[in-house]
Amino acid sequence: MDVAERLAQLALFADLTPMQVEAIAHSFEESVFQADERVLRRGLSGGNFYVILEGEARVVAGDRVLRTLGRGDFFGEIAALTGETPSADVVAESLLRCLMIPPQELERLLLERPQMMLRLLRMEARRLQTSGEWQA
Amino acid sequence: MAGVAPPFPPGDYDVTVVGSGPGGLQTSYWLRRFGVQHAVLSRDGAPAGMFQRFPIFQRLITWTKPDAPVARTTREYEWYDHNSLLADEPELKALVPGFMDRAFDLPSRSEMEAGIAAFANKAALRVRYGCTWESTRYDGDRVVLATTDGDYSSRAVVFAVGVTKPWFAAVPGLEHGAHYVDAMEPERYADRTVFIVGKRNSGFELAQGLLPWARSIFLASPRPVQTSALALSPLRVRYLHPYDEYARGGPGTYVLDVAIERIDRHANGFRVVANGTTWDGRLVLDVDDVIAATGFQTPMGDLPRIGLVTVNDGRVPALTPFWESVSLPGVYFAGNASQGAKGLAKRGAGASSTAVNGFRYNARVLAQHIAETLNVRTSEQAPIADLGSFLLHELSTAPELWVQKGYLCRVVGRGRTGLVDGGVLPLAHFLDSRDGDAAAASVEVDERGAIVPTIYVRRAGEISEHLLTPHPLHEYSSDVYTKEIEHVLRQLPA
Repeated sequence: MDVAERLAQLALFADLTPMQVEAIAHSFEESVFQADERVLRRGLSGGNFYVILEGEARVVAGDRVLRTLGRGDFFGEIAALTGETPSADVVAESLLRCLMIPPQELERLLLERPQMMLRLLRMEARRLQTSGEWQA
Repeated sequence: MAGVAPPFPPGDYDVTVVGSGPGGLQTSYWLRRFGVQHAVLSRDGAPAGMFQRFPIFQRLITWTKPDAPVARTTREYEWYDHNSLLADEPELKALVPGFMDRAFDLPSRSEMEAGIAAFANKAALRVRYGCTWESTRYDGDRVVLATTDGDYSSRAVVFAVGVTKPWFAAVPGLEHGAHYVDAMEPERYADRTVFIVGKRNSGFELAQGLLPWARSIFLASPRPVQTSALALSPLRVRYLHPYDEYARGGPGTYVLDVAIERIDRHANGFRVVANGTTWDGRLVLDVDDVIAATGFQTPMGDLPRIGLVTVNDGRVPALTPFWESVSLPGVYFAGNASQGAKGLAKRGAGASSTAVNGFRYNARVLAQHIAETLNVRTSEQAPIADLGSFLLHELSTAPELWVQKGYLCRVVGRGRTGLVDGGVLPLAHFLDSRDGDAAAASVEVDERGAIVPTIYVRRAGEISEHLLTPHPLHEYSSDVYTKEIEHVLRQLPA
């Protein structure tokens, strides 16, 4: 399965036309990580936005695992959009394959594809809701 | 020489290197230097690999300046010469400029080939030529290569087989066209309409070569040309006339953002049906020729069958920061395929591992890593008297850092008697290593494209990052920087 086919199956890209998905697949690179390899590092500038195509990752603060992420999930969006450095590490839980979108490209992509921005916003809202429930 | 047996008969070796292009030769040179027993096999009959034939329009896109403000035998000269292989011995350094006729500051294909072959010859690098790797298996933790000459069993294998196998994108009907490697002499395209699939190096190289001949040229792929990326690409040095003509509205050359639905062959040529990716609409074009400039892949043989994980649509192996397969232990890649290690890719910036200038450093770091992993050698760590000035000197002059931006870094750690030079390492490895307190310098590119010297401090497992202010002459030895770096390095315990 090529990258465009993998992307077309994910919720984040569900409202885009096949041509738009293909353009995204050709515009950004895949990245593959071994289990336990760090993908996003706390405190470091220039982190990318990642969409998981295959495998799982964990979000880690110190020794605490905050969340596990799987296919179709994404991470790095907060640092990429705010210009701040990530507040947690993201570590590959298994062999992990991601689409990697550089931070300076993410804003342009979301403005060009507002359907994708809306999807991202909804998924982000659901995450906030869930983390609120945890605290409650 | 007739009657002389070829080197490296089948058998057991610590390491087997496959390939006799610049990646294989550079790896073999450093393995020998670090005392690692190894065999080198090549299916070719002579060194220099792809430079025996490519690039087809005969001119490289990586520069070498024959005259520079520093001597050719210095480490700093490597920064001016992106094509020669590396060596410790002065007589083996900077061999490519000696072959250049200076028509350009970019060597021709034959000049490059001569430079690489001279390196193999002068360094007396032994290669078993005409020996083809056929299949791969594990025997316990040893990797066994079956070849046309017999089996080679090793603790580690380094594949330096390039990214040389023509790759066709998954476009229905594209297989009816020619691939870049089969493109004819430019004059054969006189007065023809040529549709080139692909807008990367080989696509633009072809279009540039055909500009004086073809009636019209279409360059097409789904991804728009990124002018900001092109501004930093070696491609712009040579092949941007087609894009320039199109951007300024010149007729006959078109750079299209389209996904190709299908390519049909008919009696007089081809019909291409394509849909816009950055614009709404459809194009139906009748053309005389279709050429796939969709690039190349690593010739991986049977490695995917035994579990090699790949990246970039299956075109290159997915690699760790030390260029080992993420899925096949003991299987390493050197040369152009070392691009399968992405490193930190901060702000999406990739390493320079697709060209000799970058992968020659990868080869040295890889050979040292293998020597240490196999317990053949422990690196000698020279004492560092003044940490700040050492790192600032590296940031001003180290060709490894300036070529492999954001991928390689210079490390200073703590030895038994004080600070010691930890050598050049992949930055991702340094950041994730738990080897104690240390500092590292790397050269990176920020979101505006400015080159930024960066210092990392690792203390009690925690990393802090410090971006120094860029200097227009890349000169980092003044008092301003000395004070800045001393402030940063205060975090390290005395």
